[in-house]
Amino acid sequence: MTVTEERTGTAPTAREARVTDEHGRRVRIGELAWRYALLLLVLALTVGPFLWQLSTSLKGPTEDIFGSPPSFLPEHPTLHNYERVADTIPVWDYALNSLKVAGASVVTNCVGSALAGYALARLRYRGRRVATLVFILAMLVPVEGIIIAQFTTMRELGLNNTLIGVVLPGSIGAMNVLLMRNAFLNLPYEIEEAAYVDGANAWQRFLRIALPSVRGTVAVVAIFAFMGAWDDFLWPLIVLSDPSRFTLTIGLNYLHGTFANDERLVAAGTVIAVAPLIALFACLQRYFFRGVGEGAVKG
Amino acid sequence: MAGVSRVRRQLPTSPWLFAAPGLLVVGAFVLYPFVSTVVNSFTDRRTLLPGRFVGLANFRELIHDDMFWTGLRNSTLYIVGVVPALVVLPLLLALLVQKNIPGITFFRSAFYTPVVASIVVVGLIWVWLLDERGLVNSLLETVGIGRIGFLSDQWLLLLSAMAVTVWKGLGYYMIIYLAALANVPRELHEAAAVDGAGAVRRFLTVTVPAVRSTMVLVAALSSVAAFKVFSEVYLMAGPDGGPAGEDTTLVMLVQQTGTGLTGRVGYASALSVVVFVVTVALMLLVLRADRGERA
Repeated sequence: MTVTEERTGTAPTAREARVTDEHGRRVRIGELAWRYALLLLVLALTVGPFLWQLSTSLKGPTEDIFGSPPSFLPEHPTLHNYERVADTIPVWDYALNSLKVAGASVVTNCVGSALAGYALARLRYRGRRVATLVFILAMLVPVEGIIIAQFTTMRELGLNNTLIGVVLPGSIGAMNVLLMRNAFLNLPYEIEEAAYVDGANAWQRFLRIALPSVRGTVAVVAIFAFMGAWDDFLWPLIVLSDPSRFTLTIGLNYLHGTFANDERLVAAGTVIAVAPLIALFACLQRYFFRGVGEGAVKG
Repeated sequence: MAGVSRVRRQLPTSPWLFAAPGLLVVGAFVLYPFVSTVVNSFTDRRTLLPGRFVGLANFRELIHDDMFWTGLRNSTLYIVGVVPALVVLPLLLALLVQKNIPGITFFRSAFYTPVVASIVVVGLIWVWLLDERGLVNSLLETVGIGRIGFLSDQWLLLLSAMAVTVWKGLGYYMIIYLAALANVPRELHEAAAVDGAGAVRRFLTVTVPAVRSTMVLVAALSSVAAFKVFSEVYLMAGPDGGPAGEDTTLVMLVQQTGTGLTGRVGYASALSVVVFVVTVALMLLVLRADRGERA
């Protein structure tokens, strides 16, 4: 996504009296006014619900959360609800489980898809086309359609109700392999050829030359693997049955199912689940946007 | 590519070592389950019982199963409700954030936030917002409309779930459209403006034709995703899809029938085969529409 990046560089400085658009032409004040009005409206609609959830989670037991007209800010902000969530469900254990699953998924996806992507893009051997086709076919299979068979496979392997069972099916995503393949294909071959002439073998060329040149794509794979694993719901719901092994999303669903009437509690739980990802997004936006562009073209 | 062929002689086994982990995972957890789903759909296999071949019995049962038709109806309605909104609204949003005015990068990021959040978080946020006593109803009451049971009526609930899906997807497709809009030549807009075309007219005659292939892509991606809807409805209507299961979607039905110790793997696999067939049909349909219009 070069669009986003290019534009940040041309932001007007404070000294400029007039506002210009992406082509350096002036934007009229009237147009500017309605643009900002619309932007603020959409902002209220997209971010507002999160803030309302945060506000609800900070309201004490005596404060009215159902009032009409509603009160948007908590009168006496308290972290009491967060303590209560931890007393109700082992929310920090669930967060740790989610972190384990997401962390493992990042490692396996980065390593596995970089290796396989390199094999598809750069190494020549019999069956390379077949291997590429395997990944393309796998990418087209809708996960929701194979979830029952994945469940029986996990049972046969004795891995149902384990965190390994949660990680395994998505541990090396076919789309990530193809993303890495494309990244390697876009590298000029001459550099690697020079290394080959110098006597470097496939592993050395992969590790020292090719991999460092596609760090951006590796970062995209890492972020989407993390987000995918942290946010996933359907698969962990099916494979995990023991409440002591739940991930955050499954734990939240359990909290909602059991304590649905306690809105402050559920709100605090959702804030715990969403805060790490929003922080991650705030720090690494560039890669999130880039991933959408690359993923959409492939997917 | 002259140098590549020499690699084989030097390191005969290493290419397969590179590809092996990926092939193994994809083979064992995607392709094998796919084949086994198709095979199981012709058996009466259960979670704890190996199945016998029963021919088309599962598919015959499916045709007479009211829940199947309810699920198919809801999942299909989901496409009808969600796809037009997800093709049009993100495009308008992209046009809104395209112009580089101060603070616009903040707005772009902010609009993307719902994409980052887990569907469980999003679902629960909206369950609370649309609650009988929640914020939306408080506001409606304040302005004098009165409270609406968004989550108690079968159809309102389905509509609400669709709205949540659209809300969560807006930012994602906005980014896709932004990339496409960046490639629209500005001369086209200028020429149209010189000819006296207004904003709406320019949108329809310049922008839409220029991003048409992206609109088709978005339609394809969002219709496949919409048909497979699970989490939004599961969270808003409950695991059973409402008191009589009237809001159950097809994937919810797969999950209900096939999992747990008493799961009917064979029958759930037959339902899954329907999911495959419709998904593939949707992709072909959208691609064909694309080609037909272009010709």
